[in-house]
Amino acid sequence: MNWFDIGEINDIPLRGARCLKTRQGKIAVFRTHEDRIYAIEDHCPHKGGPLSQGIVHGAAVTCPLHNWVISLETGKALGPDDGAVRTIPVRVEEGRILVGLGELLAAAE
Amino acid sequence: MTEKLVIVGNGMAPGRMLEHLLEAAPNRFQITIFNAEPRVNYDRIMLSPVLSGEKQYEEIVIHGDGWYIKHGITLYKGHKVVAIDRDAKTITSNQGVTETYDKLVIATGSVPFVIPVPGKDLPGVLSYRDLDDVSAMLVAAQSRETAVVIGGGLLGLEAAAGLAERGMDVTVLHVMPTLMERQLDPAAGYLLQQAVEERGIKVRTKANTKAILGNGKVEGVELETGEIIPATLVVMAVGIRPNVVLATEAGLEVKRGIVTDNRMVTSDPDILSVGECTEIDGRVYGLVAPLYEMAKVAAAQLAGTEAKRFVHADTPTKLKVTGIDLYSIGDFADGEDREEIILRDASAGIYKRVILQDNKIIGTVLFGETADGPWFNELKKKAVDISGIRDTLIFGQAFQGGVSTDPLAAIAALADDAEVCGCNGVCKSTITSVIAEKGLTSLEDVRAHTKASASCGTCTGLVEKIMTLTLGDGYNPAVVQPMCGCTDLGHDDVRRLIKAKSLKTIPQVMQELEWKTSCGCAKCRPALNYYLVADWPAEYADDYQSRFINERVHANIQKDGTYSVVPRMWGGVTSAGELRAIADVVDKFAIPAVKVTGGQRIDMLGVRKEDLPAVWADLGKAGFVSGHAYAKGLRTVKTCVGTDWCRFGTQDSTGLGVRIEKFMWGSWTPAKVKMAVSGCPRNCAEATCKDVGVICVDSGYEIHFAGAAGLDIKGTEVLGQVRTEEEALEVIVALTQMYREQGRYLERIYKWARRIGRDEIQRQIIDDPQKRKAYFDRFVFSQKFAQVDPWSQRVSGKDKHEFSPIAPISFNEAAE
Repeated sequence: MNWFDIGEINDIPLRGARCLKTRQGKIAVFRTHEDRIYAIEDHCPHKGGPLSQGIVHGAAVTCPLHNWVISLETGKALGPDDGAVRTIPVRVEEGRILVGLGELLAAAE
Repeated sequence: MTEKLVIVGNGMAPGRMLEHLLEAAPNRFQITIFNAEPRVNYDRIMLSPVLSGEKQYEEIVIHGDGWYIKHGITLYKGHKVVAIDRDAKTITSNQGVTETYDKLVIATGSVPFVIPVPGKDLPGVLSYRDLDDVSAMLVAAQSRETAVVIGGGLLGLEAAAGLAERGMDVTVLHVMPTLMERQLDPAAGYLLQQAVEERGIKVRTKANTKAILGNGKVEGVELETGEIIPATLVVMAVGIRPNVVLATEAGLEVKRGIVTDNRMVTSDPDILSVGECTEIDGRVYGLVAPLYEMAKVAAAQLAGTEAKRFVHADTPTKLKVTGIDLYSIGDFADGEDREEIILRDASAGIYKRVILQDNKIIGTVLFGETADGPWFNELKKKAVDISGIRDTLIFGQAFQGGVSTDPLAAIAALADDAEVCGCNGVCKSTITSVIAEKGLTSLEDVRAHTKASASCGTCTGLVEKIMTLTLGDGYNPAVVQPMCGCTDLGHDDVRRLIKAKSLKTIPQVMQELEWKTSCGCAKCRPALNYYLVADWPAEYADDYQSRFINERVHANIQKDGTYSVVPRMWGGVTSAGELRAIADVVDKFAIPAVKVTGGQRIDMLGVRKEDLPAVWADLGKAGFVSGHAYAKGLRTVKTCVGTDWCRFGTQDSTGLGVRIEKFMWGSWTPAKVKMAVSGCPRNCAEATCKDVGVICVDSGYEIHFAGAAGLDIKGTEVLGQVRTEEEALEVIVALTQMYREQGRYLERIYKWARRIGRDEIQRQIIDDPQKRKAYFDRFVFSQKFAQVDPWSQRVSGKDKHEFSPIAPISFNEAAE
């Protein structure tokens, strides 16, 4: 797995998200109310809505298209809905956000 | 011939007396009332909720002006009666009105007791007695400075709690060692003090006031000890005295109060007395229940229908401070011949004490959990021998005789004559029989017919349970739908508390209103954000992370994640230049679809998010601003061509539409607002299915509202007709502002109107020019902060990160 420095934590608004383009598609990187950083595929399991555009609350995001709520920790849909998106390894070191993209890169090359 | 009945005073007791009298003998008297206060009869018990912001004056009016007119009663507001001539049988007011009477009722109430210390007359020293006092306190509270309340009794504590809710730093001075010592024993008094202090109110017991200090206005209170407590407001709530001046001067028998027999007749057989000014059997009263009893007796006496007699009964004491539950009744002093049963739960803050004499309850003090109060009171009233249930008595009714803990079972077990509403003396069987007789199904109806829970409202739960029991599934209590899973509060409660507690940020709302989640959810956050924007336009900083994506990027998200862009076309009017600019933008950014919307403008669909700022920049150069096609706010004002071109047009409908749109654009509302102006009743602009519509006619403008053409289809209702464009604009703006202030988030105007009632909206917007102007002014004020084109803000770089991906990944950057 390769770790990529994608920017600093303050590049993402609190309770917000930014989008990261990779060759394998878009990744949504979230910063929660408690300053935790998560990354998941930017693609709702329901109808492919851009999760990075949703409202972030707790450790979850509500998809802007049809209000599915996706857990940022597990990538699973919460509540009555069924489905999941892939979670992406992410870590914060000295205020920098690092994303682990082993598989994606391997697939890309 | 009808007799003349004159009433001096227009408080709750004479008001209630009149209700009984009009029912028993509707045409017997020609009635005239003199009221020293310049207003109608209102519910004085509810002054505390008005002070704390939980209620408005309008909500506590008992008899509106219409009631007096309907019953042919002459009401002199602001007339103080200064003399009674018992020989001539006349009374005279301070404004020179003289009226003869056959029967006179004195209901002058009481006056607050003012402790005779130096400085008692300084400006800023208030009592707590009527609406004027409350208004003065509200003005003083705006300063958010320090207040001292002298008196730790019922009124003093309610005043203190209200002022603290309003943001003042409050100290209560109480001369006795514990609070409310006349109603509570020292242990409960201590718990009460703790509960009061938890609200940030300072309490000083054994505090004797020596003087009120200040030069021209209040600056502080000096205690006997020499200590000085600074204060910009001093409220004296140390007690009341029957107001007997008028009766004394008239030569009636007066002791502490105006002496009456048990038929409420004074020493003059043609003069009765009811209310707090009355003394009967050596007792004067301050709580509402015995006063209402007096009203009943006096009405019967005047109607000559039945020989009702006033009988003393103990009245329970309750404190109307949200979150503090206490209940006390009867005699709770220690004594040789008395026993007591006590239950304490320190961690839960519960204290219960029942005082027994000869195995019968003579007094009860409950703190923290008061549901069993009426049951204890019932046992006391009936002098039930409790030896059989002594072991479990203190645990309350639910624990008796294996009765299940089902709350309904406890209600079912209540005796038919058990008192449910203490204020109005309504027993269980009255409620059940009226429900059956009149087929009542709503709480409001039961209130109207029985008065149960219509005064202080603390028995509402009990009344609802009785309704459930009587009606079974036929009764659906108006359950408040919580905003979302993050709170138990409904939208209305949240809006009210935001105002009442001056909550000005989302975290503050969540903290103060005890949100169950750390930062809300996608349902409550946008709602809270709107309420704060609407309520504090000058102060609140919009929280973009609490806005739905459309309002965050000022465009509508489409199913593929692209956006649609709709520039404003005022009133649907455009030009060759504008159309050319749109065509250029479509070409330059390869926008795949262009469409005319239902609101007379042009929609560019399929714009990539990264392109949005550049698209707006180009549109901005051509003079376009955002059309807010995405907003819970003003969308379009659709128009027809009106007198400019149309052979049927009666007014300049296009011009009015453009004017409304230019005046109101940018305003946020609970849900989207669509408007239209049609130049004649042929209604080409389809104004009669809009949130707000105008139909121009020869004589002016018919203002319509509450239409819908979406999930629901509904024609508009007519709000009113006005003569000029100015008036039309003012009415529309005021209506919108009223909706902005009262609507629940996502509730369209037609749903809001259904909830509030067209009559009420008409009353405020059409019939009351002052209210209309006030709404209008508040809208204009909030527009100062709202009419900023979000597109140009974005073009100039605001929150740029929104439109670009975070750093692109290049393979060389791999950290390892």
